[in-house]
Amino acid sequence: MSNNYFKVIRAGINTTFQDKGRNNLYHIGIPFSGAMDNRNYLLANKLVGNKLDLPVIEFAYQGPLLKFYGDKINIVITGDVVFKIKQKDNEIEGNCYETYQLEHEDEINILSTNKSVYGYLAISGSFDLKLQWGSCSINTKANIGSNDGKKLENDQEIKISNINKNINKKKINYLNSKIENIRIMKGTNFDYFSEEGKKVFLEKKYTVSKLSDRMGMRLEGPKIENVVNTNIKSEGLLKGVIQVPADGNPIIMLSDHGTIGGYPKIAVVASVDYDRLVQISPGSKIKFKEIELSDAETLFKLYEMETQNLLSQI
Amino acid sequence: MIKNISNLGDAALYCDFGAEVNKQINSEVIKYFNTIREKNIKGINNLTPSYNKLIISYDLNLTSFNKIKKEIEKLTQSETSKSISKNLEIPVCCDESFSLDMERLEKKLNLKRDEILENFFNKEFFCYMTGFIAGMPFLGDLDEQMRAQRLETPRVKVPKGSVGITEQFANIYTFESPGGWNIIGNTPLEVFDSSKQKEPNLINPGDTVKFKQISLEEYKNYNEQ
Repeated sequence: MSNNYFKVIRAGINTTFQDKGRNNLYHIGIPFSGAMDNRNYLLANKLVGNKLDLPVIEFAYQGPLLKFYGDKINIVITGDVVFKIKQKDNEIEGNCYETYQLEHEDEINILSTNKSVYGYLAISGSFDLKLQWGSCSINTKANIGSNDGKKLENDQEIKISNINKNINKKKINYLNSKIENIRIMKGTNFDYFSEEGKKVFLEKKYTVSKLSDRMGMRLEGPKIENVVNTNIKSEGLLKGVIQVPADGNPIIMLSDHGTIGGYPKIAVVASVDYDRLVQISPGSKIKFKEIELSDAETLFKLYEMETQNLLSQI
Repeated sequence: MIKNISNLGDAALYCDFGAEVNKQINSEVIKYFNTIREKNIKGINNLTPSYNKLIISYDLNLTSFNKIKKEIEKLTQSETSKSISKNLEIPVCCDESFSLDMERLEKKLNLKRDEILENFFNKEFFCYMTGFIAGMPFLGDLDEQMRAQRLETPRVKVPKGSVGITEQFANIYTFESPGGWNIIGNTPLEVFDSSKQKEPNLINPGDTVKFKQISLEEYKNYNEQ
């Protein structure tokens, strides 16, 4: 059978195709995008025997219900996710980081992420997607990427090709560690804020707002007082930059962020904490901890070694 | 020249060219931007030029702050003096159906419609940067008497092709987007074409832009020629 596809019975809340994202386009106004939690993205591809940079399905909170039509295919879910698999008339609870084989008319029902935000579905094959600037990653705000830059919708079909049938069942034991302390470095406008404002930012807890998405994470908590200027001349932004607009509530830029902005930058999240930051769900509390650049570089190297180590076990 | 280089987090260099917004400083930023792009320095994965800053992002797996900083400090004046700018003419129709904020501007600027348009179409603009939304050019500088604040309440949807002004700048909405600029007209020209992989932006930092007024009929026929 050459015609393999998933039918989307239920699309889920924010289900998109993602890969490693696109480089070298900030200067024309296009952000990086790509999988929010890079480690879980890489693990998903590795578990189904793919090249590490292939597209996967990323979902947030409630994921999709997909029905498979075609030959056999292996799938895996990574993250902290509750899901069920219906094989013939038998429905089982699925485990993350363990591959399952789907046959014709089997279903995968991704119910929800558990005290986290993003999860990933990879298949032993490739989704037939149109790349834009070398990446399938969907940016729904700018309508860039595969699927016409839109999130998945009910009743659409997802075509699959290059299915690799010679795949053994794979499984690893991996527990996503949760963090509350987010390590940061001072931003370029740190001194725009009053002594009291700086103290509040570094010592008090902030609550992740429901208004968070792939563009940014909004925080609620004690206001941070600006004593210089609540606007700066517009300049570049990066993922992880923490801006404080005039209302005093910090916003952390995430992967689909606007490329330039005019609010003061109080701090930047250390790269080592990015994968875990994006998984912090609305309502949870976070606290910032200042570290030096050299520490941030070392911590990131250790985190990357850990990721490579996990990948090499598969 | 770069006045100061600092780190913006652990994966970017923040190059500060000064506090002012003017063509001279911005031209320096753009020269560095073009030179660094051509050099293909290992690990650099993004450059964001703006009025008076250049942010250089890099892959922390491949390089580090100190390595990139050394590379940037090595660039000599002659290497950063290249200019590849273009002169462009952008057709704009200011029919009432497009000039959504003309009445507001007449009041705020205390100028008549004709005076506003005459000033706008006689001006030669300079592209300081592009971004915010894909391909949006920030063009300056408008004369003092043409400078208005943005709308108190931004529009939820500004139509694609809208040409707007705010403070000393003009811009073009490359696709439908929320926004608060004062809209005076609309261009039928595709200023951002995502099907062009290499050069999706028609207008790039450093380019010179003049707007040319066209009639509603010319506007309608523009893409049929």
